[in-house]
Amino acid sequence: MFTEKELEVKSILYRKKILESIKKANTEHTAGSLSCIDILNVLYNKVLNVSPETFRDPDRDRYIQSKGHSIEALYVVLADRGFIPESDLDTLAQYQSHYVGHPTRKVNGIEQNTGALGHGLSVSVGLALGAKKDNASHRVFTLLGDGELTEGSNWEALLAGAHYNLDNLTAVVDYNTLQITGRITDVLKTDPLEEKFRAFGWAVRHVNGHNVAELSDVLLSVPFETGTPSIVIARTVKGKGITFMEDAREWHHKVPDDDQYRLAMQELDEALAMYESTVDTDRGRM
Amino acid sequence: MDLELGRPNLQEFSATLMELARADRDVLALTSDSRGSGKLDPFAETLPDQLVEIGIAEQNLVGIAAGLASAGKKVYAVSPACFLTARALEQIKNDVCYSDHPVKLVGISAGISYGALGSTHHSIHDIAALRAINNIDIVVPADNFETRESIKAALDWNRPVYIRFGKRPMYHLHFPETEFGIGKGITIREGNDLAFIATGETVYFAYAAAKQLEKHGVSSRVISMHTISPLDTELVLRAVKECSALITVEEHMVNGGLGEACAGVLMQAGAWRPMKIVGIPDEYTVTGNQLEIFNHYGISADGLAAAGRELLQQTEVNHVT
Repeated sequence: MFTEKELEVKSILYRKKILESIKKANTEHTAGSLSCIDILNVLYNKVLNVSPETFRDPDRDRYIQSKGHSIEALYVVLADRGFIPESDLDTLAQYQSHYVGHPTRKVNGIEQNTGALGHGLSVSVGLALGAKKDNASHRVFTLLGDGELTEGSNWEALLAGAHYNLDNLTAVVDYNTLQITGRITDVLKTDPLEEKFRAFGWAVRHVNGHNVAELSDVLLSVPFETGTPSIVIARTVKGKGITFMEDAREWHHKVPDDDQYRLAMQELDEALAMYESTVDTDRGRM
Repeated sequence: MDLELGRPNLQEFSATLMELARADRDVLALTSDSRGSGKLDPFAETLPDQLVEIGIAEQNLVGIAAGLASAGKKVYAVSPACFLTARALEQIKNDVCYSDHPVKLVGISAGISYGALGSTHHSIHDIAALRAINNIDIVVPADNFETRESIKAALDWNRPVYIRFGKRPMYHLHFPETEFGIGKGITIREGNDLAFIATGETVYFAYAAAKQLEKHGVSSRVISMHTISPLDTELVLRAVKECSALITVEEHMVNGGLGEACAGVLMQAGAWRPMKIVGIPDEYTVTGNQLEIFNHYGISADGLAAAGRELLQQTEVNHVT
């Protein structure tokens, strides 16, 4: 099991890989991947009971990425965990590649094709309900974007999750407060989320979505209440880790130019250097 | 008529699903407040653990169906065809078809079964919409036999499938030894002058028209094309090769349905014949019950027989010129 410091190192390395993929492939969902990568890091390295060897087992934990556009983050973590060869990352968005710009089941380790928003939670409810029908002990985790919460289908799924007492289901909201047009509160207000989720019958926790220790504590403690589905509001910063991308609307959908790329990598290398003296960074290396 | 009246396909469906579910606890029926409309009250009482109520939320119905199928369940998602295939079209496209989960989508009270309830409750878009989505088979059974067999065939079908039918009692159109296979149309009457290729509840009217035309010396073939996608192109091509004219009939808008699917096959094979597509035209649908609407648009024994005579006259003119 990885230590907290080792996970922090992984997060930096993942961010480097994400930028590398985006730069190479000229794909564009940069800031969202940087926003959710620490959540994926903790899920895949601490929480989910799934591995390349067990990916076909009926009892594996399921992960559904509802905010499918943050695909680079998922590919990078799947490569690190050995679900896919790391060299496959070079084929992202290339002609005839299975690595399209949103999740598909053509890629080993991915459970569901997503990308249109507001779909992942319903599918996760189905998976969790299926597990309950079989008295199985595996769990279902899904990552929602905060922007996609304006899709009404999410609220249908929230009703169903509570109605069927799906305490084997956990949704994590990547709460970075931005969407493509700007601040969510300006586009269409969804706050206060906690009160809404509670009113819909879910148990709610807040967490710093970039703190791997906090994320581990919260995600390892589900269900928060027996018989109740869990939802985690993870406070995040879009573009996290690259100062000039942080909380900046335009980076939802933008590829860094050569200078920006160099600057970003330099910042991540400097962050990594801080750990060199205290952590065996090789353990965290991809 | 020489045919025996059976029960509504809806009832045949619910009885068949109950049989399948009794034998296999992985069989689930999902409903969107539609258990009554789907004649599934006995199912809910007998097998409560195998009926999952989703409430009036068709998008969620289809998304959850995909998740349950992914978890290994054999899911029949049952909802009025109009809502299932319009409200939840994106879930059908992405969660089921693109993600390749073998969900069985069951559109009840399909076509214009709801009659005077109006266009909100009609599904005359569904075949066209689903034909344009990759990885789903479309089945429109004509009678109790085709309904029973398609529901059974769907059980272990390894692809998404959409089966839609109505709620009016249907005549038995098939001999007991008839074989059924998804993707294989059934010739229920041989003939060489005119070919009717019909689907669903309209097949009966094609058959009735063929009987009428026989009295006037016209020999009509009647094909029940229960599967629209994948289309039995061999059967379509054989029909136009062996008959002088073709009429397609469907309880669907003329745009994008069975007729245009057949026309596409014929044009690309260079097999032109005088042809008429009978269905609901692209207009504000007339008010009435299902039979009145059918009648209004010529989906009736008289209407189809008249269309047949007209087409054959055209053929003769063409032969002369």
